[in-house]
Amino acid sequence: MVGNAVFRVEGLRKSFGRNEVLGGISIELHSGEVTVLMGANGAGKSTLVKIISGVYERGGGTMTLAEQDFAPNTPAEAIRAGVVTVHQNINDGVVADLDVATNLTLDRLSGRGVPTLFNPARVRREAKAVADRMGLAIDLKARVNDLSLADRQMVAIARALAHQPKVLILDEPTSSLSSAEADRLFALVDRLREQGVAILYISHRMSDIRRLADRIVSMRDGIVSGVFDTKPLDYEGAVNAMLGRKIHLDQIVARSSARPVLTVEGLRIGHGARPISLTLGDGEVVAITGLVGVGKTALAETLFGVRKPLTGAMTMNGKPYAPRSAGDAIAAGVFLVAKDRATSGIVGDFNIERNVSLPFLKRMSSLGVLKRRLERATARRQIEELSIVCRSEKDEMSALSGGNQQKVMVARWMAQNAALFILDEPFQGVDISARRDIAAKLRASANGRATLLFVTELDEALETADRILVMSEHTIVGEHRNAEVDLDRLLAEVAGGPLHSSA
Amino acid sequence: MTLRDHAIRYGFIVLLFGLIAYFAIAADGFVSPQSAVFIFQSVAITGVLALGVTATLVVGGFDLSIGSVATSAMMAAAYVMVVLEQNAVVAVVVCLLIGAIVGLINGWLIVYMRVPDLLATLGMMFLLVGLQRIPTEGRSIATGMTMPDGSVANGKFGDAFLALGRHRFDFFIPNLIPVSVVVLLVLAVLIWFFLEYTRFGRMMYAVGSNERAAELAGAPVKAYKIWAYVISGVFASIGGILLAARLGRGDIASGNNLLLDAVAAALIGYAVLGAAKSNAFGTAVGALFVGILLQGLTMMNAPYYTQDFVKGVVLVVALVFTFALSGRGRG
Repeated sequence: MVGNAVFRVEGLRKSFGRNEVLGGISIELHSGEVTVLMGANGAGKSTLVKIISGVYERGGGTMTLAEQDFAPNTPAEAIRAGVVTVHQNINDGVVADLDVATNLTLDRLSGRGVPTLFNPARVRREAKAVADRMGLAIDLKARVNDLSLADRQMVAIARALAHQPKVLILDEPTSSLSSAEADRLFALVDRLREQGVAILYISHRMSDIRRLADRIVSMRDGIVSGVFDTKPLDYEGAVNAMLGRKIHLDQIVARSSARPVLTVEGLRIGHGARPISLTLGDGEVVAITGLVGVGKTALAETLFGVRKPLTGAMTMNGKPYAPRSAGDAIAAGVFLVAKDRATSGIVGDFNIERNVSLPFLKRMSSLGVLKRRLERATARRQIEELSIVCRSEKDEMSALSGGNQQKVMVARWMAQNAALFILDEPFQGVDISARRDIAAKLRASANGRATLLFVTELDEALETADRILVMSEHTIVGEHRNAEVDLDRLLAEVAGGPLHSSA
Repeated sequence: MTLRDHAIRYGFIVLLFGLIAYFAIAADGFVSPQSAVFIFQSVAITGVLALGVTATLVVGGFDLSIGSVATSAMMAAAYVMVVLEQNAVVAVVVCLLIGAIVGLINGWLIVYMRVPDLLATLGMMFLLVGLQRIPTEGRSIATGMTMPDGSVANGKFGDAFLALGRHRFDFFIPNLIPVSVVVLLVLAVLIWFFLEYTRFGRMMYAVGSNERAAELAGAPVKAYKIWAYVISGVFASIGGILLAARLGRGDIASGNNLLLDAVAAALIGYAVLGAAKSNAFGTAVGALFVGILLQGLTMMNAPYYTQDFVKGVVLVVALVFTFALSGRGRG
């Protein structure tokens, strides 16, 4: 690409204590181009984004925006200069207690030259303009608290766009969007590209990257390990540069199971939904896939006892299974790695060791007194088992990368033998190498239990499972053995197409 | 660890020893067994209350009713012995029951009625302050008092009960350590062990840090929360028993400062050893810190009316230690 870069980063460095996270990063962003930034967890992407958006101070190097020195001290300064970031954590981008309209215009409520008095009519007018420009079909009076995660994400992005940025940074924007919503986002990115905005797009999703990228920058260990800007783009080369090794799309050898572990009969998890019947066998890994909001989490929570089914019965190893709480389920050997580890998995005040031991304290204590040696030994064993990258079992969770945090969550529940091991979106916000580690571990240890995964990404199901079930409208609409899967039929089922009734 | 980490971790302990060293030099007679015992005795009752409120802070709650639970227990003890003419054991049991019941009600309000903890316990505080005045029409209780119906209350505080406030155990020196100090130390060790070394304590910390994660790990979160308020209530009633035994009457005007002093001790405890969260050891050190400071200043002739100011300064400094320096809350 010829022409001058509108935004330029040169030799950017950053260290936390002795730990160097960025070792001299140089990146150029051009107007009207989407630059995709790829990198495994811990490569330094988030740190880079936080420096650009004024959250962190840089350790060295220069940044220029339109030939001017760019050195934001606060996020607000970065935004005013025209560099706008939509962070990965959606709730950082919205104020949950306010309505959509106020959220969309929030940044105009402070700063110089803003009238002191709050004018609701003007706010609604401005918000409507912002929403229209983006094609946002959300009730502007709704409280953000009451919106789905996907809608909140759209609000967060719309809010960023209200600034009419020169440079827009999107940090894994599709990680919680359904494909229809993602398509809306892509259309918007296309429109912004035409308007000449320079876009830095951070993602793990190959489908996003293929759809949007004009250039790809790969990062590894705090340095740029590859820049790809000649069409057609070398996607494999970019992935290789990111991982530093040739990745093999491991061919799954699909196994079948002889002995049923869990049998579900006529389970209804939503009003008006058709009943679910399924059998999970010993030693098999089953993935349930489907779009966001089709009831995957509801089913996971029903199996785990924290949600009551409307009707239906479950049998576990031949005995009736009707858990009334998570405690019941755990006692019966049903473990759940819940979706969204930050809110429903990680105990922030606890280190790795204590996070791992959390569900099994009863088994690690006598007369209520904890056996600390056993606890530490368990944590060490699990760190080893899942190759969690940390200094010791005493590390705080906040010191770990997303992938390693997720490994701790999986390690927590693999510390004891499960009869049924459920993982709800275990690969969300997890880099490819950690994802492969976790999937390999699940398959290698699958004997002696049934393993059930809930994933939105089809790739994740294809990479991990022996059998793939498809969910749509709170019920199961299709089943595939993971050997020569009929992808067309599967996709039609995911989309809730005409094959709806044939299952 | 960097210098900063060391400062956060050991800063408050160093400050404590620095304070002791300073008073040892500056105030005559500060370093003596009697002086040490006096410090412990001065913080015994607030310390017991603070240890109780620590339990509610651990589960992410708060208990503003502890001061009024203590004074209610004191009034109840006096009423049971002076008016109802019962013995010390009955009085103690009644007090403990009051603490447990108030704790249960607090827990129920917070867990099942979804009243925010500060508001629920604030309401309970008002309720108890009023309730304890009703049986005697707002008067203090002492032997020989005239009851609303004209009769004279002839019961008296049992010797066994008064011993809780007046007896001193021998410890190298005869008649050195008061019962209240022993109670404080025993309860401190108990709650410390409970929170740090039992699975129940660990789960309470988990509930306080991430309630949903604790629930999905199989913990009966509601029960843990209610238990925390019961612990807090019972500890506060023990404080009330000690108060009644020390005063020897049911004094309607006493115990005004208990709540604030206890809460301050528990919050100062956040800063001890860089814990940045509620913990029993920190609470005990926090209570002692305040005690030592006040005793030292008193011996150096600082006027009594400066005491609350001094406590406030210590609390604010401790909170800065906790929240600014240790970087919690900045993700």
